[in-house]
Amino acid sequence: MDTILGLDLPTWWFLLIGALISGYGILDGFDLGAGALHLFFRKEQSRRIVLNAIGPVWDGNEVWLVIGAGALFAAFPLVYGTLLSVFYLPFIVLLVAIIFRAISIEFRSKEEMKWWRAMWDVCYCLSSTTIALLFGLVLGNLIQGIPLDKDHQFVGRLLDFFNPYALLISVTVLSLFMLHGAMYLAMKTEDRLYARMTVLINQTSKFFILCFITSSMATLIYVPHMEAIFHKYPVMFALPLTAVLIVLNMRRMIEKRRYLRGFISSGVTTALLLILFASGLYPNLVLSRTDARGNISIYEAASTDSSLRTMLLFAVIGMPLVLTYTVFVFWTFRGKVKLEETSY
Amino acid sequence: MDNVEILSRIQFAFTIAFHYIYPPLSIGLGVCLVFMEGLYLKTKNKVYEELTRFWVRIFALIFGIGVATGIVMEFEFGTNWAVYSRYVGDIFGSALAAEGIFAFALESAFLGILIFGWNRVSPRVHFLSTVLVALGSMFSALWIVVANSWQQTPAGYRIEGEGMKARAVVTDFWEMVLNPSSIQRYSHVLIGAFLAGSFLVLSVSAWYIVKRKYVVHSKKAFTIALWVAAISSLGQLFTGHQSAEVVTKYQPAKLAAVEGHFETEPADLYLFGWVDVKKQKVTGVKIPGGLSFLVHQDFKEPIPGLNSFKAENRPGAINFVFQTYHLMVGIGMTLIGLCWLAIFLLYRKKLFETRWLMAVFVGSVLLPQIANQVGWYTAEVGRQPWVVYGLLRTSDALSQAVKAEHVLISLILFTLVYVILFALFIYLLNKKIQHGLDVQPDDLESPRSKFNPSPI
Ligand code: HDD
Ligand code: HEM
Ligand code: HEM
Repeated sequence: MDTILGLDLPTWWFLLIGALISGYGILDGFDLGAGALHLFFRKEQSRRIVLNAIGPVWDGNEVWLVIGAGALFAAFPLVYGTLLSVFYLPFIVLLVAIIFRAISIEFRSKEEMKWWRAMWDVCYCLSSTTIALLFGLVLGNLIQGIPLDKDHQFVGRLLDFFNPYALLISVTVLSLFMLHGAMYLAMKTEDRLYARMTVLINQTSKFFILCFITSSMATLIYVPHMEAIFHKYPVMFALPLTAVLIVLNMRRMIEKRRYLRGFISSGVTTALLLILFASGLYPNLVLSRTDARGNISIYEAASTDSSLRTMLLFAVIGMPLVLTYTVFVFWTFRGKVKLEETSY
Repeated sequence: MDNVEILSRIQFAFTIAFHYIYPPLSIGLGVCLVFMEGLYLKTKNKVYEELTRFWVRIFALIFGIGVATGIVMEFEFGTNWAVYSRYVGDIFGSALAAEGIFAFALESAFLGILIFGWNRVSPRVHFLSTVLVALGSMFSALWIVVANSWQQTPAGYRIEGEGMKARAVVTDFWEMVLNPSSIQRYSHVLIGAFLAGSFLVLSVSAWYIVKRKYVVHSKKAFTIALWVAAISSLGQLFTGHQSAEVVTKYQPAKLAAVEGHFETEPADLYLFGWVDVKKQKVTGVKIPGGLSFLVHQDFKEPIPGLNSFKAENRPGAINFVFQTYHLMVGIGMTLIGLCWLAIFLLYRKKLFETRWLMAVFVGSVLLPQIANQVGWYTAEVGRQPWVVYGLLRTSDALSQAVKAEHVLISLILFTLVYVILFALFIYLLNKKIQHGLDVQPDDLESPRSKFNPSPI
């Protein structure tokens, strides 16, 4: 098997997809969070400002999901097919929510009528919330493992997905995104709206920390393989420890109203939690709860080495480009939001 | 066929056909925008700037829906066609990933600047963003059409494993990308998109001209779009002919279905007709031996008929494929006639006074849309019963984990959402067109328009 810098190609792709998903979580995380908070703002003017805070960037953020899913398809087609078909209905709901979210952002300000705007505001908030919750739900199920038989065929029921642990993870993801979004908005707003944000940040951060603690406990109790990992590699304790330190630091930054740093911390927290989850998984991509032979490992699922190598080349050329545009766009639209004639 | 198969096929066809309303418009409009804004930079004429600003607003509306419906497509491969995804992942996945990295990221990033960046970047950087968005949208068509072409004419691969574990793996990347139909089909699809976008501009401008609104602006926009359309219409005949040659060579059963050709004998070319599949007879107006002539430059050369293929390897809906194909070609010819007649009148300086022709152009926006849709129906329904031509049957490609009830739920959901979406799209598009351009008050030639900047 080919290796690059001592790692084989499937492992490289495992890392790369992890990075893409983290990138997605960090970027779309804040605009989903901002969406979930949308109805907390009452005035028309405030709603327009918070919407325009994400206006020029949300579509670019969403592309990370498209790239991540494409990469999963390309590198691990077996997993792509299995996950999406097993979680059929949750993913369909996710897709519908993605459509509604896109069009609510797009259509909301195109009419003056009060009911029209109110309707899209509700749609926008609900769909953003749903997307965050569904990601959490899928994540929660993946951490626990899903019921697969030895041929990787699904043997569970739809209702199994809505177990308490998965729901808890789901709410945790939502709370993290809300906090992340609130801090982004604080950087984009002024005056009274900014003051409103500081209050929201305080509340969401408490909400998040509560969820964080509960779901960490629940993971240690209900997910034996996560705990086993710490027994096996005690160094891994560094990860949750760092996460805790960062969360504490984030609280400090929030108290000092240094929201850029707080925002970076919540981004890093997202990434760390995903890394933690990935290290519990490796070298598998999907764990079976019912039959260990049902696990899908990266080696079983991977495309051929030659394909993986070609695509790694694509990624090496493409990712710096993507990062460059992302930075360029964020730089162009830096600073506080000002409503203009082209705004939403 | 079981229910999961029927429902999944209907769902795929419905969602992709709906998605395909928007990308051709944005690709074609992108090209027109590049010309409009380019002319503005070159001539510094305000009229071009106002035109660009107006069309950017329409572009944003179309693009947004294109993105939202496109994401559905990507996930649908995994949700409904899991076996297919595994089978072609090695090949297809790379194309989809390349599309994300190279095309979508480019488009969406610069789209933000295109729409919201007017006051934030210099006119040159803004123009650069327009060009990049247009290029990005053409790249996104590239990769997806390459993947689809590979399904039509597989190349550069090897089959590994057996039965349910079988899959196609890449042996030669460039041979896979440049498979025998990629270039012809990509150019045909791209030019089809140019037609769709330019006819939208033609239609709206013609409407303003008929209503005597923004006349100065609309004549300029009409002329730009007319050139794009006229050149494209000829290009479409050329690339369509090349696609037909590829079909003849690699998908003989599809060719036979397209002309309703049953026995192996010299084949006719129908202008229009009706296929009676039971009696194996076509009634219509034809050029005897015409297809043989087009393909082999000889009216007498026999062409394999449908009966020479095993029943299970023939496309099912023969009359459907026949009709869709002839509709496309008929529209293609109509567009050529329409565009070049307009060019002729443009040079005689009579074009904008020929009111009936302007009225025809107002409605003409539907023609390329219809041709694009039915073109895909021909290509895709004609490919049946294969999902990957000659390798994987559609009935074997389905997800095992999915139940018919679930697909029914999702199909109903998508139908509802898309009907609402389409109604809103038409409503808002109409509203934008009625609202019109934001023209400076000193524009004497269109006295009715007043300056009132709108929120987009
Ligand atoms: C790269 C892949 C790809 C691309 C670019 C397209 N399709 Fe396709 N199409 C498929 C991949 C595919 C498929 C996955 O292979 C399907 C699903 C079921 C099947 O038999 O083939 C299919 C089926 C399918 C069917 C149903 C055929 C049947 O079941 O009888 C229709 C009507 C279309 N497509 C139409 C389109 C349109 C309008 C497209 C324009 C954008 C398009 N397709 C692009
Ligand atoms: C089944 C096949 C297809 C899939 C899986 C697919 C997937 C997607 C996805 C995921 C997006 C959203 C990207 C974003 O977030 O910015 C998108 C948009 C787009 N797609 Fe498709 N697509 C398909 C067919 C096509 C075809 C055949 C074309 C062109 C000929 C096309 C051209 C575009 C373009 C130009 C966009 C940008 C949005 C727009 O302009 O409307 N797509 N597609
Ligand atoms: C003028 C005469 C035309 C001819 C001879 C022609 C020929 C063809 C042929 C043979 C195919 C099938 C290719 C395949 O199955 O692989 C095709 C597909 C298609 N055509 Fe045309 N066409 C013409 C005009 C048009 C026009 C005017 C449009 C749209 C504006 C259009 C849009 C399409 C599309 C979107 C497809 C499906 C994609 C593909 O397979 O390339 N065509 N055409």
